[in-house]
Amino acid sequence: MFLREASLKRHTVLDLLFRNLTRVSAFGVLVLLAAIIGSLVVGSMPTIHAFGFGFLTSSDWDPVNDKFGALIPIVGTLVTSAIALLIAIPVSFGIAIFLTELSPRILRRPLGVAIELLAGIPSIIYGMWGLFVFAPLFAEHVEPWLSDHIGAMPYVGPFFSGPPMGIGMLAAGIILAIMVIPFIASVMRDVFEVVPTLLKESAYGLGATTWEVMWKVVLPYTKVGVAGGIMLGLGRALGETMAVTFVIGNAHELSKSLLMPGNSIASALANEFTEAYGELYTSALIELGLILFFITFVVLSLARYMLFKLGQREGQVS
Amino acid sequence: MLSLYTRRRIINAVGLAISMLAMAFGLFWLCWILWTLLEHGLPALTPLVFTQMTPPPGSGGGLLNAIAGSLAMTLVGTLIGTPIGILAGTYLAEFGQRGWLAPITRFINDVLLSAPSIVIGLFVYEVYVVHVKHFSGWAGALALSIIVIPIVIRTTENMLRLVPTTLREAAAALGAPQWKVVNFVTLRAARAGIITGVMLAIARISGETAPLLFTALNNQFWSSDMDQPMANLPVVIFQFAMSPYEDWQKLAWAGALLITLSVLTLNILARVLFQQKAASH
Repeated sequence: MFLREASLKRHTVLDLLFRNLTRVSAFGVLVLLAAIIGSLVVGSMPTIHAFGFGFLTSSDWDPVNDKFGALIPIVGTLVTSAIALLIAIPVSFGIAIFLTELSPRILRRPLGVAIELLAGIPSIIYGMWGLFVFAPLFAEHVEPWLSDHIGAMPYVGPFFSGPPMGIGMLAAGIILAIMVIPFIASVMRDVFEVVPTLLKESAYGLGATTWEVMWKVVLPYTKVGVAGGIMLGLGRALGETMAVTFVIGNAHELSKSLLMPGNSIASALANEFTEAYGELYTSALIELGLILFFITFVVLSLARYMLFKLGQREGQVS
Repeated sequence: MLSLYTRRRIINAVGLAISMLAMAFGLFWLCWILWTLLEHGLPALTPLVFTQMTPPPGSGGGLLNAIAGSLAMTLVGTLIGTPIGILAGTYLAEFGQRGWLAPITRFINDVLLSAPSIVIGLFVYEVYVVHVKHFSGWAGALALSIIVIPIVIRTTENMLRLVPTTLREAAAALGAPQWKVVNFVTLRAARAGIITGVMLAIARISGETAPLLFTALNNQFWSSDMDQPMANLPVVIFQFAMSPYEDWQKLAWAGALLITLSVLTLNILARVLFQQKAASH
């Protein structure tokens, strides 16, 4: 009798211990986030004091005279990510349609895995491939054509004129697009698959073509989830470092042409951080990191919120 | 003037053709990148790569110290990150039904899952490297473990949710206390899935470059001291590929092929393992 009571007590204590151990670990995730934000804010205090909000709008980047502004890297990050999304969204949509509607059943899984493997390739490999293989071909065949044909047009012309160097904002954007396609495509495929078969069959029964079913039934039904997937891809593109560092050209110049080299937040950090001298230089780079973290945090939160909304409508937690 | 019916059929055909092209477009890049890696990497992949240290420019050498450093940091990073990830994931799936902690943790974890890895490098630099005043293998491993944690949390929670509730109830009905139910029944039932998650996490960190730049940095020589700057494949590839020396670039291609092969193998193994488990149910 005593023995059983003792063991019961022991188990109650162990239960409590185990439960709290897991709770502390979960709480650790929140602490981690707070610590990341906290340390970045502390690290960027010197530049926040020195430049205030002007840091965000200034295009100075002069380590010698201790003048820093974040405008060029911010613009570079946003422009390359925008190019990436412009290419990746339609392609991902096509891939998702193919994988959910068109592909023969036996090919569905291997092809899906192949696209996911594209996401598994480390970003430094994309960077090397971009620098040594893609950029020379791009400079030789695509960029001269762009500046000859589009460069002379009004309005859009200035964006596409300039010497064909291969590396630059456009090349970085295209490589980013290849990198985010798998992320967006697999989210799109997953949300397309939760559309009730009944709904699709009703549309087919009324005589709709496959394209019309996808465009007018499946897409409206899943639009929140699709938007979430796009935001997820955007979050990836914004923070991508190595691939962009290789091909963007790392120039602190604000240029209208997409063919010219530029800089993104992540590539500026990767290139300059270990060589930064002086408190203000380091601090300026850390503040760049803080800005990047803030932007991606907002984008990813929106993405998760949208996917959660879709999951809620489905009656399941996604 | 085309009839409405014909026009709809044409739009359909064009749309579907474009979607097939999109699929081909995706596969095209995969094949092209793999082909480039094989083309440049295979000739450079000599036995010397595995037996020699990274050379100064102009003389022969290999990647031994970088491979060893990468393995050591990946191992330590996984060993730190996995237990924390599994515990936190267990909380989310088993204990977090009520209260505010679980939903917020889940949300924050999902955000950390895709947070830019370079920022994590900055964070470790700020809280660790600045204080000990030198780059080190430990700092690199710490940065990698921060990337591992969210991945393991996510898969652990998902896999535990797949375990049927009846299994837990059966164990509880036999009088098992909750810690035993979780440790010996549910976690064990979800083992294959959790291992898959850990393998995917290892695959992810073994190619990560950005967080190592400010933490482990690089080391041209053999170092088994984790408290010193440590050579690692991704940073060596970065440095060698950006250099103008041809023999360095060749070594970079060899390293790139090595990393890609191991990452893809891990990815495929993880999928096969999980599928076998799922099929046996």
